[in-house]
Amino acid sequence: MNTSKLREQLPAILTQVLLVGAILYVALQLFHNTQANLEARNIASGFRFLSVEGGLPINDSLLAYSPADTYGRAFTIGILNTLFVSALSIMLATILGVLVGVARVSSNWLVARLAAVYVEVLRNVPLLLTLFFCYSTLLAFLPSPRKSLAPFGGIFINNRGVFIPRPLFQEGIGWVFLALGAAIVASVVLVRVSKRMRDETGNAPPSGWISLGLILGLPAAVYFFTGQPLEFDAPVLSGFNFKGGMILRPEFTALLIGLVMYTAAFIGENVRSGIQSVDKGQLEAAKALGLKSGVIMRKVILPQTLRVCIPTTTNDYTSLVKNSSLAVAIGYPDMVSIGGTIIGQNDQAIEVIGMWMAVYLSINLIVSLVMNWLNAKVQLVER
Amino acid sequence: MTSNEIIIDVKGLNKWYGDFHVLKNIDLEVRKGERIVICGPSGSGKSTLIRCMNRLERHQKGTIIVDGTELTGSLKGLEKIRREVGMVFQDFNLFPHMTVLENLALAPIWVRKLPRREAEEKAMYYLDRVHIAEQSGKYPGQLSGGQQQRVAIARALCMSPNVLLFDEPTSALDPEMIKEVLDVMISLAEEHMTMVCVTHEMGFARTVADRIVFMDSGEIVEQNIPEVFFSNPQYDRTKAFLSQILHH
Amino acid sequence: MSSQVKKFIPSPSSPPPIAARGVVHGLRTNLFSNLFNSVLTVLVVLLMIKTVPPLVDWAFTHAVWSGGPEMCDGSGACWAFVIDKARIMLIGTYPMEQAWRPLAASILFAGVVAATVSGRCKKRTLTTAWPVFFVAALWLIGGGAGLSEVDQSMWGGLMLSLGLATIGILFSVPFGILLALGRQSRMVGVSSVCVGFIELVRGVPLITILFMASVMMPLFLPVNLQINNLLRVQVGIILFSSAYIAEVVRGGLQAVSSGQLDAAKALGLSRWMITLLVVLPQALRYVLPALIGRCIALFKDTSLVIIVGLLDFLGMTKAASQDQLWLGHDVEGYVFCAVIYWCICFGMSRYGRSLEKRGPQTN
Repeated sequence: MNTSKLREQLPAILTQVLLVGAILYVALQLFHNTQANLEARNIASGFRFLSVEGGLPINDSLLAYSPADTYGRAFTIGILNTLFVSALSIMLATILGVLVGVARVSSNWLVARLAAVYVEVLRNVPLLLTLFFCYSTLLAFLPSPRKSLAPFGGIFINNRGVFIPRPLFQEGIGWVFLALGAAIVASVVLVRVSKRMRDETGNAPPSGWISLGLILGLPAAVYFFTGQPLEFDAPVLSGFNFKGGMILRPEFTALLIGLVMYTAAFIGENVRSGIQSVDKGQLEAAKALGLKSGVIMRKVILPQTLRVCIPTTTNDYTSLVKNSSLAVAIGYPDMVSIGGTIIGQNDQAIEVIGMWMAVYLSINLIVSLVMNWLNAKVQLVER
Repeated sequence: MTSNEIIIDVKGLNKWYGDFHVLKNIDLEVRKGERIVICGPSGSGKSTLIRCMNRLERHQKGTIIVDGTELTGSLKGLEKIRREVGMVFQDFNLFPHMTVLENLALAPIWVRKLPRREAEEKAMYYLDRVHIAEQSGKYPGQLSGGQQQRVAIARALCMSPNVLLFDEPTSALDPEMIKEVLDVMISLAEEHMTMVCVTHEMGFARTVADRIVFMDSGEIVEQNIPEVFFSNPQYDRTKAFLSQILHH
Repeated sequence: MSSQVKKFIPSPSSPPPIAARGVVHGLRTNLFSNLFNSVLTVLVVLLMIKTVPPLVDWAFTHAVWSGGPEMCDGSGACWAFVIDKARIMLIGTYPMEQAWRPLAASILFAGVVAATVSGRCKKRTLTTAWPVFFVAALWLIGGGAGLSEVDQSMWGGLMLSLGLATIGILFSVPFGILLALGRQSRMVGVSSVCVGFIELVRGVPLITILFMASVMMPLFLPVNLQINNLLRVQVGIILFSSAYIAEVVRGGLQAVSSGQLDAAKALGLSRWMITLLVVLPQALRYVLPALIGRCIALFKDTSLVIIVGLLDFLGMTKAASQDQLWLGHDVEGYVFCAVIYWCICFGMSRYGRSLEKRGPQTN
């Protein structure tokens, strides 16, 4: 009994042993070669380089950084930059993508055609080309600092970037933030109470508008009441450049615009096919019941659209995070940019590439987990 | 009893799909309490006609007056008419992401502005009426075709309409489920709900209809009470259609 | 009891009223159907009036089509730059006198592509035609056996992009299929290796794989065996693409109904025969459009090789725009680049869509 079962499974077991064995052998060989090569080229091993002073100049950083900081800190700044530009791009691309998707199915022929052209152009041109193009046009058509565009409010736009006055918080600013917090809490309560009122009586105050008014108005009122505790460090032209204020550099702007426009084209296609996949009969039944188009969209069409969209949009989000690595080609200091510079300086490619992979795989995992949870929550219940 | 009040008044209705003349000079009066069955071969325009009555389709010429309000492009009139006219579709068109109860309560809450509890009580009442109250917490995907169509009828009833339009309500059902839906429709008819039904179910027509309207190629060929319609059709087309239909 | 039955004379059809057809009606329904749409239409038309004429002006009316850098004064597009640099952008730094060889290779390429797309050739002819073309193209471009050798460092431009993409597709599709089959295997050792590879490669950007190929691979190889950069990058591209193709094929494998397996088993076919003859052909037919989509993505991804030092079409365009004589005209170069990329990618996506429409019954 036992021997015949063993004989049946023998080829399978043999194959697996051979395969794993072959992989292990190759791995061992590679390891051996690597040791030899690293020694021959005098390249260090291990992660000790992370605590060595790097001397890397980084122009965009969310935290305080100076070239005297370690490689480790530089790499961390890079990770933060990657996360920042990815998160911001995901938000903007989703908004733009939904607009594009809805425009694609609009009854307005002109709008629908324009959206179609947008999608077809952006999807069929490499993202890197779009990025180069954005970067070039930004630099080519923006004036030099001395001739900056000054639309309003102390903002200056030139080929070094967008200079914005940096807010300097004074005494009393705490009250304004408190007011904002209170307004948000009040809005949440208001929406809940409003829903309860509609359930009880059928009528409810327009909680959406009131909330908006509260969130905008209350902090503004407190701001003026406490004597306007906000000053600005305005950018001032001195010599050939601006001093003071905050700056959005063209590298960041080009990367953001390129990523957002590219990903929005794909999200737009998802949204479009989501909307078109909702049965026409749903719309008809909702109309026949006398529901208004706003209610139809919110309660009938969009919920069903979202269910279809979520898996493909998850793909688009993870692609966006991976595409942010193209920052290295236009000089925005993301994780790959900084890692590449480190490799250029100390040749420790294996360690750096390993760190890249670890970070990207983690981000991927988190995004997938969140979206899968969302997907599971919105599934239709069927037999 | 059928009163003399005209609830749907169609005069000189013409509709084109592009260049195709799909409805030709339709004149039809539906009185309060009347039960009308519209029949005819496929492509005759019968579905299009009733879909014009709640403006799911737009007509290019002629007038349709429902409950005193004329159907034009005006939005206000349209909202009023759709509150008073209910529709049951061939494909049920229940909202799959809501439970049966939520399907029924949606329009009363958002259109008639009823409090949720009242809307749900009304929903349970009509679910009971169509003998499906125990399924109120289920989702449409968990119900059979016949059950879904009964829910769809209850959903239309929840808006307390003055007229119910039926667009081939049993055509998408398996044979063994047709009876349960027809029974509900017959009970509604016995209470003198004003109904306009497009259907092939001639047994239903014979039992319940006050008038049978036969359409072909976009126009009304003849209309008559069932007794006369079935035994003594006036036109050759009608006779040919009846011989095909009644041979099942 | 039937009395005389009358003959029914149907009314004639009449044309729809003027207001219901024609240009005015078309405008009304498509552009001005309600207030919101009307406002949108007006806004869009205004936007177009503001942007389109200046663009046409720049691209055509004031553009400079021939001459040297001094002719381009900045008021219009400098297409002369593109024309001057066209050779570099298309075939890189390939020696001028041997330029007929890439040309011959591209004619062969066009031929094989046309044969594939027309759908009229047997599958067997195609599966031999492509490898033969591949060998012939390699000989034409690289040299050896009668033709002078041209080192791979001189290969560049559009020729390089197409080469990387084509070879990438040729090798990653079979490898991807193997990975997909391996992932489905019941042998835990095999399936876990495949899953691990696929998920790892799909979770990281292509740039990291290119860096691995370009910078890390030399460290892995024995000291005396060194592969040139182009080959390393090509291998990286193949590995990257095969993971994605494996996922696409996996979808196809799952779409084949179990009834097919049952029927094949009932006929007594062995497991390998079933996979090869019954499951795989159907799976591939299901996902052919998605595979084409992957090929388009691969072609676009080849533009990233500029980051590891290879000058493909995009790379050459960027490099050309750094020429001291022609500074400030990179936008024209990018526009030219974009137009070519768009034509190729859009063509491929059209082909994919036509396959989808043709349905899963042809090759």
